Amino acid sequence: MLKENFMTNPDKRGHFGIFGGRFVPETLMPALLELESAYKEFKRDREFKREFEKILKDYVGRPTALYEAKRLGEALGGRCRIFLKREDLTHTGAHKINNTIGQILLAKRMGKKRIIAETGAGQHGVATATAAALMGLECIVYMGRKDTLRQAMNVFRMELTGAKVVPVDSGTKTLKDAINEAIRDWVTNVETTHYIIGSVVGPHPYPMMVRDFQSVIGKEARAQLRKKGISRPDVVVACVGGGSNAMGIFYPFSKDKDVRLIGVEAAGKGIDTDYHSSTLTCGEPGVLHGTMSYLLQDRWGQIKGAHSVAPGLDYPGVGPEHSMYKDSGRAEYYTIDDEEALKGFRLLSETEGIIPALESAHAIAFLKRLVPELKEGSTILVNLSGRGDKDVATVRDIFKGDKE
Amino acid sequence: MNRIEKRFKRLRKKGEAALIPFVTAGDPKKEITERLVVEMARNGADIIELGLPFSDPLADGPTIQAASFRALKGGMNTGAYFELVHKIREKTDCPLVLMGYYNPILKFGLKDFARRANEAGIDGTIIPDLPLEEASEWMKVARSFDLSNIFLVAPNTPSERIKRIVKASTGFIYYVSVLGITGARAELPRELSKGLERVHFFTKKPVAVGFGISRPEQVEGLREVADGIIVGSAIVKMLSEVYEKKGEDEAIKEVGRFVGKLKEATRR
Repeated sequence: MLKENFMTNPDKRGHFGIFGGRFVPETLMPALLELESAYKEFKRDREFKREFEKILKDYVGRPTALYEAKRLGEALGGRCRIFLKREDLTHTGAHKINNTIGQILLAKRMGKKRIIAETGAGQHGVATATAAALMGLECIVYMGRKDTLRQAMNVFRMELTGAKVVPVDSGTKTLKDAINEAIRDWVTNVETTHYIIGSVVGPHPYPMMVRDFQSVIGKEARAQLRKKGISRPDVVVACVGGGSNAMGIFYPFSKDKDVRLIGVEAAGKGIDTDYHSSTLTCGEPGVLHGTMSYLLQDRWGQIKGAHSVAPGLDYPGVGPEHSMYKDSGRAEYYTIDDEEALKGFRLLSETEGIIPALESAHAIAFLKRLVPELKEGSTILVNLSGRGDKDVATVRDIFKGDKE
Repeated sequence: MNRIEKRFKRLRKKGEAALIPFVTAGDPKKEITERLVVEMARNGADIIELGLPFSDPLADGPTIQAASFRALKGGMNTGAYFELVHKIREKTDCPLVLMGYYNPILKFGLKDFARRANEAGIDGTIIPDLPLEEASEWMKVARSFDLSNIFLVAPNTPSERIKRIVKASTGFIYYVSVLGITGARAELPRELSKGLERVHFFTKKPVAVGFGISRPEQVEGLREVADGIIVGSAIVKMLSEVYEKKGEDEAIKEVGRFVGKLKEATRR
C-alpha cells in the first residue's frame, strides 16, 4: 500500500507502492541482500557518516551554492524569484559524484576490490572513475559504443583517472545496453565486485540508497533558503532521466504538501514520435534492470530505444519512486523537447553567464511555461544538476547546422 | 501430473538423465523453429526449452543475446510464439518449457499469458529475472493453469534460500552451474557436483543443471549427479553457423544429430 508519509518508503522488500522490488537473476540475490544489510549498518554508523561528509566538503566542494538568478527571473517576466542549486559547481561537474562517493565508501567497507559502473553521457562514469581513483580501487565502466563515440572526451577523462572503459556493442549500443552488460559482469564477478549504479533505478536497495546519498542536495537547499528568509519554496523543478538529481532535491520536501514538485522529462523530437525519453508521460509500468517502473515499451513488452539531445536523459526507464510520485500525484511530470532545451541552454548562458548541462537545460526551459502560471512573487527552486562543458561541442554543431 | 513430471518419472525408471536442449523461438528466422523442435524431439530430447526472445536479456551471454535479436528482427513476439507452440503440439508430445524474461509476460497480463501458454501446450516456465520474493502472483496463476514453475538455484545461494526455492519450484529445479551468464565454457567448475548435492539434500524433486554445458563428455560427467542436463548456447551457435553456411535443412539435420549424441551421453 502507498504510504501517506512519503519519507517512509520503500517497504522492506524495496517496494514503492506497486513499483520497485528486486527482479534479478538468483545469482545476484545474495549480493543485493548483502548490500542492503551493509547499507543499513553504515547508515547508522557515525564514523561512516563523518567520512562521507568530510569527502563531500573537502573533495567534492559541498555545500554547493544556492544562487538567486535575478536576470533570468527578469527575462521570464520578473514575476517569480528563481533559485538555482548549483550542483554544476561540484568536482567533476555534476551531482553524480554525491552518489559515487557514498557507494565507494560502502564498497570499501564491504571489502570489494573491484568497481564496475555503467554510463550514458559519461558523467556517472567519470564520477565513478574519480571516486575509484580516490580510493585506489580497480574500476571498469561499461558504455554503449555509440556513446563512446559521441562523448569521446569523457572516455578520455575516465581513462586518465585509471578506469577501463568497455564499449558495449549489443542492442541499441546506448545506456540501457551498458546497464545490461554491467549486470552481466556483476553476475559473473559478484564475489569481488561492487556495482555502482548511477541513478535511482535498478533493484532494491539501489533506488533507496542513491536517493539517500543524493538527498544532500535538497537538504542543503532547504537550509540555504531558510537562511534567506524563505521557509519553503513554492515549486521545486528538476530534470528527470533515471531521476537521481530530481529525487535528491524532491525527497527532503516530500512531506511538505504545499511544495509542488515538478519533474521535466525529455521529449526529444516530440512525444508523438519514436524519438523521446518521456518515460513517465508516455510509458507503461513494466520490469527492466531489476525494478518495476514506468517504461517505454512496445505492445509485446519489448523495450524501446529512447532519444534526447541530452545523453543523460536518454533512458527508456525511470526510478520506481518517481513512478509512485506520479501515480499518487505527489509530483507532476512534464516534457521539454530538444529545441526548447537548446533555448533554455542559451537563455541561462546569456542571462546569467552559467552554461548548464543539456540535461539541466530541460529544467531551465520549463520555467518559461511555469512562471506565467504561478502567483506573482512565487519562489522556484531549480536543480542545476550539471555544467555544460561536456555539451559545448554538440551544441556548437547544432547551432552551426541551424545557420547553414 | 503434467508432461514434465511424467517424463522425469519415466526417465528415473530407465536410469537416464533428461536431455533438455534450448533454442530461441524464431531464431534465425520465424519459419525454422517448428521443424527444429520436432527434429530435436525425434532425436531424443526429453524436454525442450523454448526461448521467448526479449530485447534486454541480462542473464544471457553473447550467443543467446544474438539469437534473441535475430528472432525479434524476424518478427517473433508473444502472439507468434503461442501460435508456434500450437503447431509444434500437433506434431510432438515432448514437454515444452518456456524460457522468458518477466516484462513480456507482465505486459501480456499474467493470467492471459498463463492461459494462452497452457492452451498452446506449454508445460512450464523459467523466468530468470523473477526470484522467489517477487513471484507469488505468477506462482498462483501458473498453478491454476497447470504450468510448472521452475526456479533457479545458483552456486552462491545460501542453504536457507535453497530450502525455500525447492519448495516453491515445480516440475524441476534449475541449478546454474557457474556464477555468470549463459554460454559454453571449456571447463565446468570442480565444485559442481557438490553444488548439486547441496540441492538434492533439500528435495526429492528433479534437479537439472545448465549454463556452460556444450559437449557429450560433459554430459557424461553429469548424468550421475543431475536428473536433467540443459544445453543451450552450444546448440544455438551450431544452428546459426550451419544455417549461414549450408542453409535451413542442413542446420536442422545437424542440430538433430548433435542432440542425438548428447542424449546418448545421458544414458547411465
